[in-house]
Amino acid sequence: MSTQTGLKARLVAMGAPTLSILIFLGLWLAVSLGNRTVLPVFNPVLLPTPMEVVQSGIDAVRSGDLQRDILASLSRVFQGFILAAIAGVFMGVAVGTWRPLERLVEPMIEILRPIPPLAFLPMMVLWFGIGEMSKIAFITYAAFFPIFTTTLEGIKYVDPLLIRAASSLGASRADMFRHVVLPAALPAIITGLRLGFGLSFFVIVAAEFIAADSGLGYLINDARTFFMVSQMLMGAAVIGIIGFTFNVALRALEARLLRWRSVARA
Amino acid sequence: MDIASTADPVAATGDRLTKISIQGVGKVFGDNIALAKVDLDLAENSFTCLLGPSGCGKSTLLNMIAGFAKPSSGQILVDGKPVTGPGADRGVVFQEYALFPWRTALENVAFGPMLKRRGRAEQREIAMHHLAKVGLAGHEHKYPGNLSGGMKQRVAIARALANDPTVLLMDEPFGALDAQTREVLQEEMLRIWEQDRKTVVFVTHSISEAIFLADRIVVMGTRPGSVKEIVDPDLPHPRERTEREFIALERHLKHLVRAEVQKLGVI
Repeated sequence: MSTQTGLKARLVAMGAPTLSILIFLGLWLAVSLGNRTVLPVFNPVLLPTPMEVVQSGIDAVRSGDLQRDILASLSRVFQGFILAAIAGVFMGVAVGTWRPLERLVEPMIEILRPIPPLAFLPMMVLWFGIGEMSKIAFITYAAFFPIFTTTLEGIKYVDPLLIRAASSLGASRADMFRHVVLPAALPAIITGLRLGFGLSFFVIVAAEFIAADSGLGYLINDARTFFMVSQMLMGAAVIGIIGFTFNVALRALEARLLRWRSVARA
Repeated sequence: MDIASTADPVAATGDRLTKISIQGVGKVFGDNIALAKVDLDLAENSFTCLLGPSGCGKSTLLNMIAGFAKPSSGQILVDGKPVTGPGADRGVVFQEYALFPWRTALENVAFGPMLKRRGRAEQREIAMHHLAKVGLAGHEHKYPGNLSGGMKQRVAIARALANDPTVLLMDEPFGALDAQTREVLQEEMLRIWEQDRKTVVFVTHSISEAIFLADRIVVMGTRPGSVKEIVDPDLPHPRERTEREFIALERHLKHLVRAEVQKLGVI
């Protein structure tokens, strides 16, 4: 009985997003086909149908281009993100634990943070060349900030009552860090990593517009050069699907690592 | 009626050993005198309630015994040694429970033994024993987020006891609980104390709670925070709230506390 209602609830939960996507695709198809047949408003080349976009994806897979571009982008994203994660978490923890360092570093971060990372892209190309280095450095730079700032907040705003409780149980400074500060900051750190990963994906496309011979950004830009609208849309759709997939996976990982939080909400 | 009442706070630890000695302790926050020169000796294995309205400095005094705050003047000795900071010899139970939300009930209670580098099996055994003692057998693997307020406070008490402190400091531990849960926990607290015999310092603003629990009630006054009167209720346990002596003492304390509240003016 309960499993049945559980299944039903799950179907309902999945039904709404599916319906929303179907409506979106339906509208797109209607506009595209409508423009071609009933009511011509714009040049049909400008808006291919969803089927044409899928076809262009199939073609790209057949030629092997799509796999190569996805792999190139993912590899850059992973390398840049991992560097940013290490630097951001490490510095966030260090700055959050040690007050003098915070006073030294915080103003620098506050000056750099509002500048859109893209503003530095030309400089990165200048410094690191048009190879992989510039893209990875750029992603690292962009993803660093959300990871660093959320880690810092997490470390800084640990409930002082928990610190008191642990110290009255005999916790040393090292114990306190390992058993109270880090676990208390973990939700913030994970949120920061998720934001950082999202941002890595966000900026890689722009980096690949400027200087690259592979990657999804290159795929889109290349399609623009040759006016292949279906391929442009296909590139964007692939980025959306990959981003969505990773976000779902990261959220599942988060729910698992922070089981105590999801349990508490149940 | 047999109520020992004395204006001399240092007297009457009787022939029991002094566990906590508060000597000329004052605390100032800026211009505000939170606590003016308090002298108080607490006997080993005694159950003392610090009773008073908000702003009488009872929590401040408790925090200084715990080592969370330093006295502005005077000193506090525990076992003859001055308090310099928090320590495992003084367990603390907070009104807000202060459980680690990412640890299960069992892991919370095992925190002290874990810090003492006990083996895993031993940590578990100690934690299970203390959880059972507070009536939470069967709830070991729940997270604090899944426990009721009363259960959370039981876990917090078990966590403090599992560390085997000689002093148990409790800061309005039942203040956030509903009246029924509160009375049940008061009874259990007495039962535990009779088994474990710690030196308990219990902060409360509830007069009936103080009379029900304490073998010494320190009534604190306001403006500035200070000890106003010390009452040793000499009633046999379990104390019945409807008994004549209980009510008489309640009335006496109510007058004392009300006078202190009135000193604060409009509140």
